[in-house]
Amino acid sequence: MTYIPHTDDERRAMLDTIGVGHFEDLFLDAPERVRFPELDLPRVVSEMEVAAAMRALAARNADLQRHESFLGAGSYNHFVPTTVDYVLRRGEFYTAYTPYQPEASQGMLQAMFEYQSMICRLTGMEVSNASHYDGATSLAEGVLLALDATDGKRTKVIVSPAVHPQYQQVVKTYLGGTDARVVGDEDVTRDIDDLAALLDEDTAALVIQNPNFLGQFEDVDGLADSVHRAGALLIVVSDPIALGLIRPPGEDGADIVVADGQPLGLPPSFGGPHVGIFATRKDHVRRLVGRVVGETVDAAGERGYVLTLGTREQHIRRARATSNICTNAALGALAAAVYLATLGKHGLGRVAKLCYHKSHYAAAEIGKIPGLSVNPQAPDKPFFKEFVVALPKPVAQVNKVLLEEFGIIGGYDLGQDDPRFENHMLVAVTEMNARAAIDRFIEGLRRAVA
Amino acid sequence: MSEPTIYERSVPDRCGVDLPDCDVPETPLPQDLMRADNGQPELSQLDVVRHFLCLSQRNFGVDSGFYPLGSCTMKYNPKINEEIARLPGFAWTHPLQDPDTVQGNLALMYRLQDWLSEIGGFAATSLQPSAGAHGEFTALLMMRAWHGDRGDTGRIQVLIPDSAHGTNPASTTMAGLIAVEIPSDERGNVDLAALRAASNDRVAGLMLTNPNTLGLFEEQITEIVDLVHGCGGLVYGDGANMNALTGIARPGDLGIDLMHYNLHKTFATPHGGGGPGSGPIGASDALASYLPGPIIAAEGDEEAEDRLRYFLKMPDRSIGRISTFFGTFGMLVRAYAYIAMHGAEGLRENAMHAVLNANYLRAKLRDTYPVPFDRINMHEFVCQGRIRGSPVRAFDISKRLLDYGFHPPTNYFPLTVQEALMIEPTETESKQTLDAFVEAMLRIAKEARDDPELVVTAPHTTPVKRLDEVKAARDLVLCDAEGRKK
Repeated sequence: MTYIPHTDDERRAMLDTIGVGHFEDLFLDAPERVRFPELDLPRVVSEMEVAAAMRALAARNADLQRHESFLGAGSYNHFVPTTVDYVLRRGEFYTAYTPYQPEASQGMLQAMFEYQSMICRLTGMEVSNASHYDGATSLAEGVLLALDATDGKRTKVIVSPAVHPQYQQVVKTYLGGTDARVVGDEDVTRDIDDLAALLDEDTAALVIQNPNFLGQFEDVDGLADSVHRAGALLIVVSDPIALGLIRPPGEDGADIVVADGQPLGLPPSFGGPHVGIFATRKDHVRRLVGRVVGETVDAAGERGYVLTLGTREQHIRRARATSNICTNAALGALAAAVYLATLGKHGLGRVAKLCYHKSHYAAAEIGKIPGLSVNPQAPDKPFFKEFVVALPKPVAQVNKVLLEEFGIIGGYDLGQDDPRFENHMLVAVTEMNARAAIDRFIEGLRRAVA
Repeated sequence: MSEPTIYERSVPDRCGVDLPDCDVPETPLPQDLMRADNGQPELSQLDVVRHFLCLSQRNFGVDSGFYPLGSCTMKYNPKINEEIARLPGFAWTHPLQDPDTVQGNLALMYRLQDWLSEIGGFAATSLQPSAGAHGEFTALLMMRAWHGDRGDTGRIQVLIPDSAHGTNPASTTMAGLIAVEIPSDERGNVDLAALRAASNDRVAGLMLTNPNTLGLFEEQITEIVDLVHGCGGLVYGDGANMNALTGIARPGDLGIDLMHYNLHKTFATPHGGGGPGSGPIGASDALASYLPGPIIAAEGDEEAEDRLRYFLKMPDRSIGRISTFFGTFGMLVRAYAYIAMHGAEGLRENAMHAVLNANYLRAKLRDTYPVPFDRINMHEFVCQGRIRGSPVRAFDISKRLLDYGFHPPTNYFPLTVQEALMIEPTETESKQTLDAFVEAMLRIAKEARDDPELVVTAPHTTPVKRLDEVKAARDLVLCDAEGRKK
């Protein structure tokens, strides 16, 4: 099956217009020794057959609609209102390119402007870009921005060990092209005060996650002042659902706020596409990475929108651009805009509260199971929708019982990133988990460790 | 008339969706951490739907009409792929599930790695990069690591032809390397003498887009690759134009060491108005162990595919992770279905018809719009938007095309051609559509001579007139005015 409309007669007529005798003659510039390879690919199938084959492949997965899930750790099972996919399926949106021709792209441009507005309010920041690939790449480019903003000579980036381990890895990969190095991440017992003690005149940025990878809120009182005294930038990795309820990093003095926007209307989709949130202060607007939409007027004085500050970008500035980013995650940003508009101020706050109450209920009940303890390293720290459970046996064994006997997808095995967290499970509870399901999960845990 | 913004439509205490009651005992909220107002708009569900429907109607996609945006490959996005990617078994799987519970996803990724390697002629492929530029950056980090492991740390230059996409030099800077521009010759190829002069022991590699952004196949590709390899450098293929080569020539067979694929171009995953994309990267045998990971591996009997067990594996000398999880998996699902539906023959037919359509347009337009490199091109070509005796420029022609219901070509790129109009029709457009486009272009040329004012003030039929981009950059309104109020 192809989607080529040409008939034999049309093909012949077109070749005549071009002035070549044979179709193959269009390809004489390709060296003959490599021309027209026989590709070893499977037998071609029709649309009908491919749909059946793909359904069969999908059926080999355990998915979150057939199974209750308590797995989070950077990708979450949240409610997606039907309005989101209704809008994403509009062909005018999803089959468009980046809006280079503003007169033909006012819809996407206005939606991105609204997304930026909603993200600014949500994070308490002044400027948002029109999206990045995901939370981790947003963070990595935030760190690059900080290196640039602190005169390009500083080489130290302090990263909290309680930042998502994959985010830490992506930051290190991105720093492979610089002289900068990451410190602070090597010791999981380091808290915010210990990190602040590492600040010096060589530090470009201090990165924390709040709520952190373990779901707990960090004590950020005075942190921004310490960071700024050292002339560095404070970068906060946030959770957009928590921001429905919790004071935003912008009010605590953050210079850059990044987050993964997947909870705002996107399914987990096996980790992607997600959408990266990137917000900062006006001081850094000319160093901002990625696309940004600005309001303007047209020749008749009517309000309109365009991509702006293009002089930062690769298609204009080339080797001196602030980033190489071209394609980003516009459709994911559109999803977030529709999600936030649909839930609105009260709905988002309500989702955040449901996550908070349900996770605290689950944590309290799990804490009653003999042999299990909740947040053993920090029992008094407030948490949002995730918490740590110390188990008397390997997490993999417990998860196997949960799945096979209860049909439940259990939490994340923290021991795979850090041996000190052996037998520790990170549990996520969201508005999607009804009390009955939480109770079954608790029953499953009880059975698994018995 | 403009559509009000979402904040202008907001009315206090409205909400677009109901949520369940809290069915567990409530826990006191952490009052000292809470905010008074999260600042989100307040609308009914119908208001939300009408707002975004209205916005969609003010946007132009491939589904709306012909979109010959050069270098962007705006071809038809099969609707079946949208259904498939939304199957709960794909869309509602979690990236951190036990690999044994997501064998369907891993099988899909394993096969797609394999298919892409076969199509490009590479030893291995990583699916992790999220876009083309992300793939470029990845490849440059791999180059650095490869040279570094050989103790060859003085290689800091990356050779980039002057016709390259801006992402090439931008990625080079991000990777801590220095971009060195190589001019083109009078036939639109890389200038071989200049390349020879620049090839030395400071060179990490060459970034080569083939066909290049003029739509031309590099006629001396073998000599180019040999020159760079001869000085100890690597050749990176920018796969942005791979849609012209599927089943025609494999970059790996041409000696290319690394290449990214744009699944959102060659394999028709939708562009989404600016993403998500997907930029998997293929590597030769020598560089495969440097790929970002994890990649998908299999154990068991390769002859009995349904009995294979798939698992995650970090390549031995991997540069590390380049994004969380596995990249843009939903795009991988679409590309997999697309390749399965096309097969080897269908992919070749795609490339051949993309080339046929582009050459047909060139043949029909070349007498009116000068084509600086007027030879058989591949999937796109570049002509000049200037009309003798008229003040009209490429920019004006583009805006006027909107009045005829067509999306304009890419303007002012590549930088090596003045008043460039870069036209890429793709294979999914019919002769009738191409003829209608030609007719519009010829009429605009006539208008440019007879009534240039009509053209330089275009567009006339779009929801807004020409926009003041200077004002946007000067006054910088990046956020709804209401958004500044607490």
